Amino acid sequence: MFAQLFFFFFAAVAIASGIGLIVSRNPVFGALWLVLNLFCVAALYITMNARFLGVIQILVYAGAIMVLFLFVIMLLNLAALPKLQSVNRKLVVAFLLGMAVLAQLTYVLAGSLDLLPEPTMPDAASGSASALGQELLTRYALPLEITGILLLVATIGAVLLARRKFE
Amino acid sequence: MELTLSWYLSLSAVLFTIGTLGVLLRRNAIVVFMSIELMLNAVNITLVAFSRSMGDVAGQMLVFFVMAVAAAEAAVGLAIVIALFRKKETVDLSRFNLFRF
Repeated sequence: MFAQLFFFFFAAVAIASGIGLIVSRNPVFGALWLVLNLFCVAALYITMNARFLGVIQILVYAGAIMVLFLFVIMLLNLAALPKLQSVNRKLVVAFLLGMAVLAQLTYVLAGSLDLLPEPTMPDAASGSASALGQELLTRYALPLEITGILLLVATIGAVLLARRKFE
Repeated sequence: MELTLSWYLSLSAVLFTIGTLGVLLRRNAIVVFMSIELMLNAVNITLVAFSRSMGDVAGQMLVFFVMAVAAAEAAVGLAIVIALFRKKETVDLSRFNLFRF
């Protein structure tokens, strides 16, 4: 019973904060809504027994990536966009496209409900740091190394792109 | 009422749609970026839900790598936004028409 209550509470807050992200005119508020959303997703990971990912979600997403976003928003000193005066055709088309995505996802989900795997009871250690670390350093050692190279390349690229004299 | 896989998949679909709407509707480049992060998170929920349902940690490993790639993407993307802001003094996406012919 508690699991259901947890799920519905965090799911509702996650959806509400996602909507808050796309309707807030000031990007700083949008970033704060997204932080709330990321915390809810972390809580959902923990309800799914993926505790290590929940902690990593808060540390990496809410802690590092969102701080970077807020830093850039404040560095650029963006003013809030002016209030939308009229609903033009572009917005209607964009909204319809978004609804089409939702309809497709719902259609696929509704059509495959009986194909979904039976939920198995996971053992308590399946989402722990030691279980994931063991996999990470044995079966997924090569992807881990490639990820390290990717992060190095991204760091160098970010420094080069944001340098003052770009030419 | 049982808390099954389909609940998590439905939540993921809704969050993904909200992210899509954010990318399509907003003109602020940074808000578009944050909407992309929202979509990545929606997919991550799907992966963790399947991982739990099938009793396999492969899904959780994939989420780990998605987070690493998202961090790299955010760093490079925000650097591009800063470079664009230097050039045009705005992050309004409708003002960037370098590729228009």
